[in-house]
Amino acid sequence: MRERIKYLLLIISAGLLFWSLYKIGYVLPLEAINVGAYQILYLHVPSFFSAFTGFFLGLIASGMYLKTGNFKYDSFAAGVNEVALMFATAGLASGMIWARYAWGVWWAWDHRLTSMLVCWLVYVGYLILRRSVEEPTQRAQLSAVLSIIGCINVAFVYKSIEWYRNLHPSPVLSFRGGGGMGPGMEEPLMLNWLALVCLGIVIAMVRMEEGEMSREIDALRRQAHSY
Amino acid sequence: MFLRQVLTIAAKDLRSELRTREAVNASLAFMLTILVLFSFAFDPGNSDISIPAIAGGLLWIAYSFAAALALNRSFARELQNDCLDALLASPISASALFFGKALANFTLLLAMEILSLGVFSLLYDVKIRTQIWALLLVIVLGTWAMAVIGTLFSALTVNLRLRELMLPVMLYPFLIVPLTAAITLTSDLLNGIPLGGENVLWLKVLTGFDVIFTSLAVLLIDTVLVG
Repeated sequence: MRERIKYLLLIISAGLLFWSLYKIGYVLPLEAINVGAYQILYLHVPSFFSAFTGFFLGLIASGMYLKTGNFKYDSFAAGVNEVALMFATAGLASGMIWARYAWGVWWAWDHRLTSMLVCWLVYVGYLILRRSVEEPTQRAQLSAVLSIIGCINVAFVYKSIEWYRNLHPSPVLSFRGGGGMGPGMEEPLMLNWLALVCLGIVIAMVRMEEGEMSREIDALRRQAHSY
Repeated sequence: MFLRQVLTIAAKDLRSELRTREAVNASLAFMLTILVLFSFAFDPGNSDISIPAIAGGLLWIAYSFAAALALNRSFARELQNDCLDALLASPISASALFFGKALANFTLLLAMEILSLGVFSLLYDVKIRTQIWALLLVIVLGTWAMAVIGTLFSALTVNLRLRELMLPVMLYPFLIVPLTAAITLTSDLLNGIPLGGENVLWLKVLTGFDVIFTSLAVLLIDTVLVG
């Protein structure tokens, strides 16, 4: 059953990605000045949306772990946080490429860029923490705590750096009160988000199974040592 | 009752620190070394460089670097002779233990910071007297943020391999908000701009951060220490 869900999600994700790629490449108009540069938006924005979806799921899973003590939630939190970090990296990288075209520099210390970089560092710390604790219960508890305070810290960072200078293009999507995007442009963006979330779920599921297996191996090893 | 337990722990930590001076000596020397090193990063005699404008950043970077050094020892010192287990087994709550340690760290850091503020003003010819009370308020609030976050992470990393390396990696992304606020406020005050008007916002950010992360630490410290 699990295998089938994974393949189904992969097919959905691939289909959506190809369809929106076709839309972006052949249907939607090109930008007037920076020809070809703005299309990166269709990867950039969905990457961050998927990353935040992942971090949020990680927060919930961490809370659930602390409440129930069920290791399934721990594996899930580890999986989604890792995948979300991957999406955040993709978002940062694609944003930097765009910035090179649009602003002429690879990086600017605008609030959104800065807070995203801080967010990235927080979750890199999370992964390093997971690697450096061997005892499974302790690892699960400490990383759950870090995931919770990390999420709150990211919200704080975002709000407080916002009061600094602001260079990044303002949000134009309709649900954030923008409405500045051309007709038909929001659709591939949302579809790409859905596609990336599907892809993320598949990877997180694989990571979760891996986590369960490694815990099983660990338990067996302990058992063998205790004899 | 709770207050007395907190004060007992804080007094114990301060007493053992004042007898051995293992953290204070190293951190204070480190703080002063960084302040001296800054004179090589730019030419303090160059009249084009306004030192009060960057003084906040210089001071708080020195403070936070030295803080990581001192905070590393906070829980690690209890590992010898299984003192940490004894403390956890004693009839005080984990939050009292945490608050006691945070209070001791806060006192030590504050003393070192005020001392190096004096040295800084001597070496770089920065006038601190005009806004001294507001400056002390900012230092108290910023140091409490460092002490709370630092003590929490000190507890989180106490049982890890590579503890000394892990603490700074995870600590600094969490200190960005209080450091930004404290740096902005300190630079303003050293430039002779009093509290009020625009920079009250940063005072609010700093206070809000202190309140929220103190409560989070109290909520989560049981999981971190006791499990």
